[in-house]
Amino acid sequence: MANLKTTPDSSSHSAQSGSLTEPEVRPTETPKEEKQRHVKIQVRNLSKVFGSNTKKALELRDQGLKRPEILEKTGQTLGLSNINFDVYEGELLVIMGLSGSGKSTLIRCLNRLIEPTEGKIVIDGENIPSLSDKELLDARRRHFSMVFQNFALFPHRTVQQNTEFGLEIRGIDKQTRRETALKTLKQVGLDGWEEAYPSQLSGGMQQRVGLARALANDASVLLMDEAFSALDPLIRGDMQQELQELQHRTQKTTVFITHDLDEAINIGDRIVLLKDGEVVQIGTPEEILTQPADDYVRRFVEGVDMSRILTAEHAMRPVRATARDSDGPRTTLRKMSENSIDSIYVTSRNRNLLGLVEIDALELAAQEGQDDIKHIMTQDFRTVGRDEPLQNLFAMFTEKSFPIAVVDDEKRLLGVVVKGAVLDELAHAQAGENS
Amino acid sequence: MAIDIPRIPLGDWIETGLDWLTTEFSGVTRGFANITVTAIDALNDVLIWLPEWTLLAIIAGICWSVSGIRLTIGAIAGLALIWNMGLWLPMIETLTLVVIATLVAVVIALPVGILAALSERLYKLIMPMLDFMQTMPAFVYLIPAIPFFGIGSTSAIFATVIFSMPPAIRFTTLGIRQVPVELIEASDAYGATRSQKLFKVQLPMSLPTVMAGINQTIMLALSMVVIAAMIGADGLGSEVWRAIQRLRPGDGFEAGIAVVILAMLLDRITQSLRKKRNA
Repeated sequence: MANLKTTPDSSSHSAQSGSLTEPEVRPTETPKEEKQRHVKIQVRNLSKVFGSNTKKALELRDQGLKRPEILEKTGQTLGLSNINFDVYEGELLVIMGLSGSGKSTLIRCLNRLIEPTEGKIVIDGENIPSLSDKELLDARRRHFSMVFQNFALFPHRTVQQNTEFGLEIRGIDKQTRRETALKTLKQVGLDGWEEAYPSQLSGGMQQRVGLARALANDASVLLMDEAFSALDPLIRGDMQQELQELQHRTQKTTVFITHDLDEAINIGDRIVLLKDGEVVQIGTPEEILTQPADDYVRRFVEGVDMSRILTAEHAMRPVRATARDSDGPRTTLRKMSENSIDSIYVTSRNRNLLGLVEIDALELAAQEGQDDIKHIMTQDFRTVGRDEPLQNLFAMFTEKSFPIAVVDDEKRLLGVVVKGAVLDELAHAQAGENS
Repeated sequence: MAIDIPRIPLGDWIETGLDWLTTEFSGVTRGFANITVTAIDALNDVLIWLPEWTLLAIIAGICWSVSGIRLTIGAIAGLALIWNMGLWLPMIETLTLVVIATLVAVVIALPVGILAALSERLYKLIMPMLDFMQTMPAFVYLIPAIPFFGIGSTSAIFATVIFSMPPAIRFTTLGIRQVPVELIEASDAYGATRSQKLFKVQLPMSLPTVMAGINQTIMLALSMVVIAAMIGADGLGSEVWRAIQRLRPGDGFEAGIAVVILAMLLDRITQSLRKKRNA
């Protein structure tokens, strides 16, 4: 199962997709565990020049000139230059960049709201830039739903009618439309508001309608253009969380644009970092934070360099449950199932950390009728002091998924750090610094 | 004078052109004349056939449903005054001309306005024409109307349509162009065809603006219909015209006040319609 396998089932555009087996299209940044995943969208050598003499601008680009020089020499704006990345089936990919980085242009090139100047955008074997107008309409209906920064709801249509829009355009019958819209509105928590007009709703609710409109359409890719940027921070946080849950549940391939690193780290499975119309780095949030590709990214995540200042204590969470050294296997198992965890730290009476037991070992011990857990304890976990910089914790997560134990000088268990908490903490620190 | 610049015979050219149009297209103009005369007569007959108080009640009912008690009372009082002054019949004739002229103007203006909004080229072509149509003194249209359609109501309609159409076109174009870019983007993103975009997004959203344009058209039509009395159109205008010829200011003002009442009624009714849509 090669990850680059282009879906051969789409017959009509084989002419364009034929060349996709070229070796140079191999994505270089793919993390190991992603290798098996099906590629939903391939973006290859995508460029966009705003202006009338695009050829000249691209020539200069190929000679190594950058955006400002090209603008000065030709009056053409190089919006995007040689963009390459993949979007995997079912992932939430964040494209992040500051204003002018070309992120909005990029997302609009995907569904050709903006015509790309050169390059390929292959989705399920169909090369979007080479579609005729009619095929494009069809491709947009099948492949893309879009959520906009300023909601872009139709003020003359009710919430219900807004939600139905995509289906209406596709000529779906009224009954189905209605049912789908009702279901989707329920999904985004807007049941009861069907007959309201957008102007009667708050910003957050309006964007829920925007999201419902996109989801009802059931296209294969969800494009979100700074979808939460116009919302106030509290609502934004809620929406981010809901989007993540929704995305997790539905596994809908999502491309999310933002200028906000906090948001990107918070919701992204992977992040594509854009600067001046070029890709600077592609990677998971951890990779971006811990291995910035260049100075630009480093500066960008500088706020996040709080990781030097932030320590394990900041990201520490109270331990949900611990086992006592005097506990038997069955008691311990019950504590674990009550808290739905599959490993548990064992402490002495004065909360000294003794070790960790795993569920498998416990179950075995329980079956064999043993009544002591001390001899099945393992020391195969990490302990850190409360002053350990957060940055160092990243590396510790790579091998084992046990929470890291935070202990004081007397080896007393203070709390644990789980993987997500580190990122959350960093993201918050960054947000705090920005505001 | 030293240099003798020959006079450019612009007027002659226009006359030649108009003559040519009159002879070549007499079939078309006659057809147009027949249709308008029939329409005018039909509408006129219906409105006159209705007893005064019935029509008054109908108009009051319309005012009540689109606006409220104030407009209704105003309408009843105003129309009763016209009736009392013995100007009911000319008022009906004027109303008929306005209605027909507005209908024709709107039927032409809507598609033209839509096309001008969608095509930059057409927009650039049409806008100067509209400027021309609006700034040319209204009386001038009356002159070619006579060779085309003869003296009477058809000529009045023709001149009125030309004079009153521009705002309807302008506002339609404006309304469609005012639809926010992101809504156009949204409909494009969901794969809407051009006509889906037009009928589901652009037109519904520009409706309030289009209504404002139609309101303007009605007002202009009313003023032109009065002037058209000079080429033999019936109605309140001809009452004013007669008062001028006989130097009877009282009669003139009476007819003038009737025009004002009619104008205010038409304006308030169409405006309320627009506001109702907006709300």
